[in-house]
Amino acid sequence: MKTVYLDNNATTRVAPEVMEVLVPYLGEYYGNPSSMHSFGGQVSKKVREAREQVAALLGAEPDEIIFTSCGTESDSTAVLSALKVSPGKRRIVTSRVEHPAIKALCERLGKEGYSVTEVPVDSGGNLDMDEYRKGLTSDTALVSLMWANNETGVIFPVEQAADMAKERGILFHTDAVQTVGKIPVNMKENVIDMLSLSGHKLHAPKGIGVLYVRKGTPFYPFLIGGHQEKGRRGGTENAPSIIGLGKACELAARNMETENTRVRDLRDKLENGLLKAIPFCRVNGNRSARLPNTTNISFEFVEGEGILLLLDQFGICASSGSACTSGSLQPSHVLRAMGVPFTMAHGSIRFSLSVYTTEEEIDVVIEKLPPIIKRLRELSPYWGENQACAV
Amino acid sequence: MWEYTDKVKEHFLNPHNVGEVENPDGVAEVGSIACGDALKFSFKLDENKRIQEAKFKTFGCASAIASASALTEIVKGKTLEEALRVTNRDIADYLGGLPEEKMHCSVLGQEALEKSIANYRGAPVKEPGEEIICECFGITDREIEKAVRENRLTTVEQVTNYTKAGGGCGNCHDKIRAIIDRVSTSAQPVAEPAARPKLSNLKKIKLIEEVMEREIRPSLRHDGGDIELIDVIGDRVIVATRGACASCQASEVTLKGFVESRLRELVAPELIVEEESR
Repeated sequence: MKTVYLDNNATTRVAPEVMEVLVPYLGEYYGNPSSMHSFGGQVSKKVREAREQVAALLGAEPDEIIFTSCGTESDSTAVLSALKVSPGKRRIVTSRVEHPAIKALCERLGKEGYSVTEVPVDSGGNLDMDEYRKGLTSDTALVSLMWANNETGVIFPVEQAADMAKERGILFHTDAVQTVGKIPVNMKENVIDMLSLSGHKLHAPKGIGVLYVRKGTPFYPFLIGGHQEKGRRGGTENAPSIIGLGKACELAARNMETENTRVRDLRDKLENGLLKAIPFCRVNGNRSARLPNTTNISFEFVEGEGILLLLDQFGICASSGSACTSGSLQPSHVLRAMGVPFTMAHGSIRFSLSVYTTEEEIDVVIEKLPPIIKRLRELSPYWGENQACAV
Repeated sequence: MWEYTDKVKEHFLNPHNVGEVENPDGVAEVGSIACGDALKFSFKLDENKRIQEAKFKTFGCASAIASASALTEIVKGKTLEEALRVTNRDIADYLGGLPEEKMHCSVLGQEALEKSIANYRGAPVKEPGEEIICECFGITDREIEKAVRENRLTTVEQVTNYTKAGGGCGNCHDKIRAIIDRVSTSAQPVAEPAARPKLSNLKKIKLIEEVMEREIRPSLRHDGGDIELIDVIGDRVIVATRGACASCQASEVTLKGFVESRLRELVAPELIVEEESR
C-alpha cells in the first residue's frame, strides 16, 4: 500500500538533496567543528555555509542565526532570555492558540509568579488586535505570537504586532515553525527581535532548530557551556543536521513559488472536493489569511480518532484536533478558542501538504473519505435526527 | 498512536450489533457529545427474562466503539442479575485490554448497561444525594467511587483515565483525592478480620465450602494434589488430603501454612484445620 502523506505540519520527509549532503558528515567527516585540525575545520566550513543558507532564507545576517536542537528549545530560549534581560517587567503577552512549546511554558511561568496575557482570537482564528493593543502594558517584558497556526494554518499579522510592541519598548518573539519555507519571511522588512524555526518542518531532519536573534537584541543563553554559537548556545554542534538544514533552506527558497501555486491549488482541490462530497462539514479558520498547505475540516457528529484509523487503513496520514487523539480529554485548545462547537471540534481533521504531494494522493482522499464519514455517522447516536438531510 | 489489541481493532472495524433494538425493554444514553464520548444502549429480553438482543450506537473513539460492541456480545443470553455483575474490567478483558488512558470507554459501557437495566426496572436513573464532582465532564461522586472501588485506583491520574473526571480544568483534583482516601479507608475494615461479623454455623460451613472450591482446591490440583472437606465441628475444619497431597511429606505444612491461613483470612480467624485421622 502506498502511503498518502498529508501530515506535513507534524513532520516532513527529509528531502533527497538534504540526505545527500548530510550523510557524509555522519560517516566519513565526523570531525568536531571546534577542533584546531583541518579534519574538524572542513566541518566547520560547512557549518558556516549552512548558517549563510539559513540566513539567506530569512533575510537575516549569519550572525543572527543560533542553531538549537528543536523548535521547542528555540521557543524556551527566547522567552526565558527576554524575561532575564528585562528585570522588573514580569508580564508575557501571547495568544490563546499557541503551540504547546509556548503555551505550556507560559502556563508554567504563570505558576512561578509571572503574569500572562492570552490574547483571544475570533471564530476565524484571527488575532483580536484591540485586545492585543490593550495587553501591551508597561510591565510587559515580551510578546510571543505564532506567525501561523499549526492546526488551522491561519496567519497572524506578526509584523504589524511587532511594530506595536517595539513602539512600547517590548521585546517581540515569533514561533515561525510552521511558517518558514511556506510563505516568504524577510527579517529586513520587520522589527521582530526573535524567531524560532524547526528543521523537520521544512524537509531537514528532526533534532535541529534555529533561533534567530536580531543584532543588538539583549540575549541570555539557555544552554550554558562551551563557546559554540558565540557563547549563545553551548554544546557541540549537530553538524550533519545543520548542514542538512542549510540545504533544506536553499531548497525552500527555490520551492516557495511552487508552495504558493501548485501546493495551494492541490489544497484547495482537496478542501472543495471534500466539502462538496460530504454534508455537515466546514473549514475551520480564515480561508484567506492561511498557509497554502493546510486545511482543517470538521465533520459533524463523528469523532476524529475513528476517522484517522479508518484513513490509516488506506495508508492516508492526517491528524485530528479531537480529544481522543490528543492524549488529553479535551478537544484542541485552538478550535475551542475559536468557539468551534463541540460537535464540530471532536470531528476535526487536519490535512497538511508539501511540495511532494501529488494530485493522485489528493484524489485518493476525496474518494476514500466520504464513505468513512458515512460509516461512522451510521454508528453515531447523534446522526439519526439529521439523516433525512444526508446523501 | 494508541496501541490497540487486535480484538479492539476487530470490534472497531467490524462492530457487532450496531443500531437500536426495536421496542426495547431497557434503553440508556450515557456520556455527551461535549465530552467526546456518548453511548446509546438498548436491549430486549426473551421469555426467560434473558437478554435476547442488545444494540448500541456510539459517538467516540475507536476504543469506545469497540467497548460498546464488546458489551453487546458479553451481555447476550444473560439474566439481568448476571448482567449487573458485568464490570468495566470484564469489557476491557474481553477486548484483550485497553490502553490505560482509554479505560473510561469500558466504564462508559458498564454505566450504560446499569442505566438501561434501571430504566427497565423503572428505577430512578440518578440516585438521590449524588453530587457532580467534575464540572467539565459531569462526573458524579458515585461514579468516581465505583471506579475507584472496582478497579482499586489510587491516584487522581488513574481516576481521570477511568472516568475522565479531572481531565479538564483540574479544579476537582482535591475532591477526587478525598474520594480516593475515603474509599480506601472504608475498604480497610473489610480486610481486617476483627471487624468481621460473627458467622452463624450454617453460614460458616457454606463459606468454608466456597473458599475450598474457589481458592484452595484449584491451587492444590495445580500441583497434582487435592483436598476434601469432611466435617466442620465448632472451629475445627476436618479435611482429607487426596492425590499427591496424601503421600506428600509436606502436607502438614500445606494444611497449616496454606489451607488454614487462607480459611482464617477469608472465613474466620479462629479456624483450625485438622486432617481426618486415617
